[in-house]
Amino acid sequence: MTDTTHGIGGLTFDPKKRSMPPEIGVAIALVLITLAFEALGWMLMNDSFLFNTRDTVDGIFNVARLKIIILQVSIIGIIAIGVTQVIITGGIDLSSGSVVGATAMIAMSFAQAGEIYGNPNDRAVFFEQGLVDLPLIMPIIVGLACGLFAGLINGLLIAYTKIPPFIATLGMMVAARGVAKWWTKGQPVSFPTDSYAALGAGMTPVFIFAGIAILFGLALRYTVYGKHTYAIGSSEDAARMSGIKVARHKVLVYALAGLLAGVAALVLSSKNLTAQAGMGTMYELDAIAMAVIGGVSLSGGRGSITGTVLGAMIFGVIISGFTFLKLDAYYQEMVKGAIIVGAVVLDQWRQRRTSMRAAK
Amino acid sequence: MTDVVLRTEGLTKHYGGVHALEDANFEIRRGEHVAIMGDNGAGKSTFVRQITAVEQRTKGKVWFDGKYVEFHDPLEAREAGIETVFQTLALADHLNVPDNLFLGREIIKFNLGPFSILDYKAMREATIAGLQKTGVKIPNINNTIQNMSGGQRQCVAIARTATFKSKLIIMDEPTAALGVQETAQVENIIRTLKEQGEPVILISHNMRQVMDLMDRIVVFRRGRIVADLRKEETDGQDVVAYITGAKTQEQFAGAA
Ligand SMILES: Nc1ncnc2c1ncn2[C@@H]1O[C@H](COP(=O)(O)OP(=O)(O)OP(=O)(O)O)[C@@H](O)[C@H]1O
Ligand SMILES: [Mg+2]
Repeated sequence: MTDTTHGIGGLTFDPKKRSMPPEIGVAIALVLITLAFEALGWMLMNDSFLFNTRDTVDGIFNVARLKIIILQVSIIGIIAIGVTQVIITGGIDLSSGSVVGATAMIAMSFAQAGEIYGNPNDRAVFFEQGLVDLPLIMPIIVGLACGLFAGLINGLLIAYTKIPPFIATLGMMVAARGVAKWWTKGQPVSFPTDSYAALGAGMTPVFIFAGIAILFGLALRYTVYGKHTYAIGSSEDAARMSGIKVARHKVLVYALAGLLAGVAALVLSSKNLTAQAGMGTMYELDAIAMAVIGGVSLSGGRGSITGTVLGAMIFGVIISGFTFLKLDAYYQEMVKGAIIVGAVVLDQWRQRRTSMRAAK
Repeated sequence: MTDVVLRTEGLTKHYGGVHALEDANFEIRRGEHVAIMGDNGAGKSTFVRQITAVEQRTKGKVWFDGKYVEFHDPLEAREAGIETVFQTLALADHLNVPDNLFLGREIIKFNLGPFSILDYKAMREATIAGLQKTGVKIPNINNTIQNMSGGQRQCVAIARTATFKSKLIIMDEPTAALGVQETAQVENIIRTLKEQGEPVILISHNMRQVMDLMDRIVVFRRGRIVADLRKEETDGQDVVAYITGAKTQEQFAGAA
């Protein structure tokens, strides 16, 4: 028997002809969409989408646009990293947008400045209690704790009462939005301390997004956590029969998704210098869409953080592209909807193909 | 009595109105190889699922390794030392061969709790060593299980059982989808286990295999045990008579 390093038993296998990872397909789509906007730019606007055409600025690329493309998807991207892991286990999280709203309101209340332009900020939520000008760590802890708490409840409901993730997180979606409105009876919470304002200033959200993406990308690929996440999504029964503590693992995955929604809330409220009860509305759908466009399979077991990051980039390019072409936001949403459906159809088709191959 | 590895008393499982398993009294001793035979739907796999806590039994008691046990989930049964090849194989379709072999028991480089770092290289090497024993041919072990043939899948599940130290091995129709050569290899694995004194429960419809490899044959019929036969005291025709219901042993007469 001649054993190669790839297999055993001497069957032929050509390692050079490995099948293409799905992320490559998403990357190609990203390039094509970008090129399409470049072409449309020259046709319709007589201007470049990607390249710098102004004499007053240096450089080959339109750096300002590239920055915006990434910046505008960073915050939802952070949520999408958590949602990706939930979807890989075969679940779904509809609560992230509302959790962002509630968390932003509560965390911001612990981040308010004591004075505005020399006058006491007596509209601060905890002004009477003297809880103003708190050190940065306070709102961060509060924000992370809020997100984690919401995620934990999702996870416990799903893992131990066995209600479908769709229902559990739908409940959380409604309840958390309620909390966001109840917290100040609808009043926005504004005027954060300078240190809090720095969290979401400039390109900081991009770095936070990148850091979180790398961290969870590595965790999914190289740790037991990742292996079990894929195993549960692939076959929950097999995972359980193999001795994986499925319930406990699900709680962890949903809790982490909640935690990341908390991070997004901190960055978003800091960036906007205010928190409002309606913040984060529909973010959950955009986050799910980013994952799906990035090749994460809604039926579980397949997908990657790399894919989701690429999916987020596609999102960013489309939004910027439409703005660049001066097309109304209506069209943007219509196209976004079509792309999401297209991505799911593609996933179904891919799945049918592999199951047909398996049946042969 | 200390010789007994596994004992069940009155083990019963009802699925709603379906009495899949009724009052099963079963025993296997150290080093013993016992076959379970019976027609489709006789309750063989159900019996396995109760012992391994894949499901919770309706009634009955189980002793394992000298202790009364109530496993809450399959992990506890596995940790106690019961390794099982399930009829459904319990493989994750989207994971590759080494991932499946070590599912739930990964080899790690650093212990960081749930975020422990996997040792892919060690798992690959152990996988190849484990699979070689089954004689299976797999062109690329990095391929996902969904792209494997039925026999290849079965060999992965068998290798998984044979790779880890255990006190009792249960195989539910392990060679049902295997070719001639692979079946012979798997039978060799079972013989090796016999030499090592490791007890095995083998569920099989293959009379030749059972007669070749096992010491004792327990026959299930319609959820009940109807015979417990020493190999020396029986033959194929006799066993078939018990399976089909033409005969029932005296001590089980009330059951049938
Ligand atoms: N989850 C379930 N719900 C309802 N009935 C079930 C369930 N699982 C098994 N049964 C029934 O219990 C009976 C015993 O099934 P079991 O799988 O133990 O048979 P088996 O002896 O292993 O048969 P085979 O040789 O075909 O594998 C069958 O009639 C089956 O339909
Ligand atoms: Mg069976």
